[in-house]
Amino acid sequence: MVIKIRFERRVSPPKYLSILYVIISILSAFFVSGFIFKAYGINPILAYRIIFTHAYGSPSGIYETIVKAIPLILCSVGLSLAFKAEMWNIGAEGQLLLGAIMATGLALFTPTPPSIIVPVMFIGGFMAGALWAVIPAILKVLLNVNEVITTMMMNYIAIELVRYLIYGPWRGSKEWGYPITDEIPDAAKLICIPGTRIHIPTLAIAISTAFIVYLIIMRTTLGYEIRVAGENPEAARYAGISYLKISILSMIISGGLAGIAGVGEIAGIHYRLRYPESISMGYGFTSIIVAWLGRLNPISIIIASIFFGGLLVGGYVMKMILGLPVAVVYVFNGITLMFILVGGVLSQYKIKLRG
Amino acid sequence: MQSYIEALLYSAIRAGTPLLIATIGEIYAERSGVMNLGVEGMMIMGAVTGYMVTYMFNDPWIGILAAIIVGGLISLIHAFLSITLRVNQVVSGLSLTMLGLGLSSIMGKKYVGISLPVTIIPIKIPILSEIPIIGPSLFSQDPIVYISMILAIIMWIILFKTSFGMKIRAVGENPAAADSAGINVFMIRYICVLIGGMLSGLAGAYLSESYTPAWIENLTAGIGWIVIGLTIFSLWNPLRALWGSYFFGGIRALQFRLQPLGISPNILAMLPYASTIIVLSIGAKETIRKRIGAPSALGKPYIREEKY
Repeated sequence: MVIKIRFERRVSPPKYLSILYVIISILSAFFVSGFIFKAYGINPILAYRIIFTHAYGSPSGIYETIVKAIPLILCSVGLSLAFKAEMWNIGAEGQLLLGAIMATGLALFTPTPPSIIVPVMFIGGFMAGALWAVIPAILKVLLNVNEVITTMMMNYIAIELVRYLIYGPWRGSKEWGYPITDEIPDAAKLICIPGTRIHIPTLAIAISTAFIVYLIIMRTTLGYEIRVAGENPEAARYAGISYLKISILSMIISGGLAGIAGVGEIAGIHYRLRYPESISMGYGFTSIIVAWLGRLNPISIIIASIFFGGLLVGGYVMKMILGLPVAVVYVFNGITLMFILVGGVLSQYKIKLRG
Repeated sequence: MQSYIEALLYSAIRAGTPLLIATIGEIYAERSGVMNLGVEGMMIMGAVTGYMVTYMFNDPWIGILAAIIVGGLISLIHAFLSITLRVNQVVSGLSLTMLGLGLSSIMGKKYVGISLPVTIIPIKIPILSEIPIIGPSLFSQDPIVYISMILAIIMWIILFKTSFGMKIRAVGENPAAADSAGINVFMIRYICVLIGGMLSGLAGAYLSESYTPAWIENLTAGIGWIVIGLTIFSLWNPLRALWGSYFFGGIRALQFRLQPLGISPNILAMLPYASTIIVLSIGAKETIRKRIGAPSALGKPYIREEKY
């Protein structure tokens, strides 16, 4: 008997199916990544058990997962807005670092009164991240320069800028020559939930931003314009929607939110500027997947951020316990992204088997 | 002074060679209408594969062959996703880059700090290498440099002077018209993406086996992204890519020559990235003025009218 498989296009995939396919995509990614563990002589099931028990299985694990989820939520909620407007911002990593630089600079080198230093850092971080994103946006809008390349280049420039500062003018006087800045004053340090590293102000900003952006996209004219401009630029032009305004605005918000994530990492976790790869465990890049996994929906993005936050925690634990490089997480990220793409296509079709 | 210029030119060409090879590949992919942002990932996989295989077999050329194969295989993932499944090409390319960066650092972990027993030996071309200035810089390089120069010319001829090249350009400009003219759009796109992957792999192997020569995590450090910029700057023309690559190679060479002046190495390290942005912006004005644009169907999946 020959079984024929036929694909029929759906008009619009039902919601439960989209979710189902996301879950299948992640499971498939786990399955394929398992071969990498196998190649290292490590039982994949054991590895996954380690990841999940450490990331979600204990209070301290969950706290760390939330710590990692904070920058992911901020970056990917911003990205969802930019991606909706078809602005391919892959520069969240650099925008985050600019926020970190700004926070450190304001806390260490300005006579800002201690009572207002925290809000000043957040505003400054937003502006620095937004500046880093708006340069590619302007080049894109005015000269049609591909923003994928420019935002990526801005990442590398930001990384070198951090290195320049910590090796050069900002190197701490009390740090025995290590390439780090001095510690920021206590007034600039964010309040944490006692016994954890969860910095409350950034978490609050992240969650409320997700809801605000959700409302902006769903309920406001601006959100409507962003969606139309992204989906059909031609139609947007006829409808009198300013492509210039939409592109630049979405990039400002996107970059600014990444900048806020950077402020959180400095004022909530590290208390000083240090190696760029210590400040950000690739949050900016991971948030691209998070945004995609959350289907560019800010509420789903919160869930996706917690999931990927856990994976980052798990990746670190695997390094400590199994001696695996943290890069395993990036492999998993890449494979997940591929399967999400495939799942997105499959969910648009009905599969029919015929005997 | 003469020897200074010679040395600068020499290192500009060396630094430009991996850019050139990968850019020619990306030009082919994009000419056929497929944008592959996975260059960085394919390149670094080529770099690690070339290094490992050279170490195992004690032969740099087997390493290069392996890198070409691996680059090609990885590009087929992107081809399948973007041509057959018609997914978003930006995201698909990014996933390739993530996969490549992660996989390469796992694979190469054992090889960090281990040097190769053999490398590619430079060949001085008789007579030509005696010419002042261009002789030592142009004709005393290793064979890959010569191969890449010849490749640029051959790939230009194929693209603009053969019927196969015409088919590639037709598919990238108007796939529907090409399809109705009997050209197999999917086949052409698969071939072009594959060429792009193979050349990225080769470029990566050149980086790890000859240019650096060493393996470190994240060896490509954004070169793959500069390649994507160069593809646009070259206006999708392999010959323009030739001097474009050497120009960028020159910036990289300059970066190391300016260090003795006391400028921070971190500031100098920004040069290639900053100049990519600047050059693209300046180039964009020219593109607008001359009305030369990207292949019209670039980044757009082709959907054949389905027959029932």
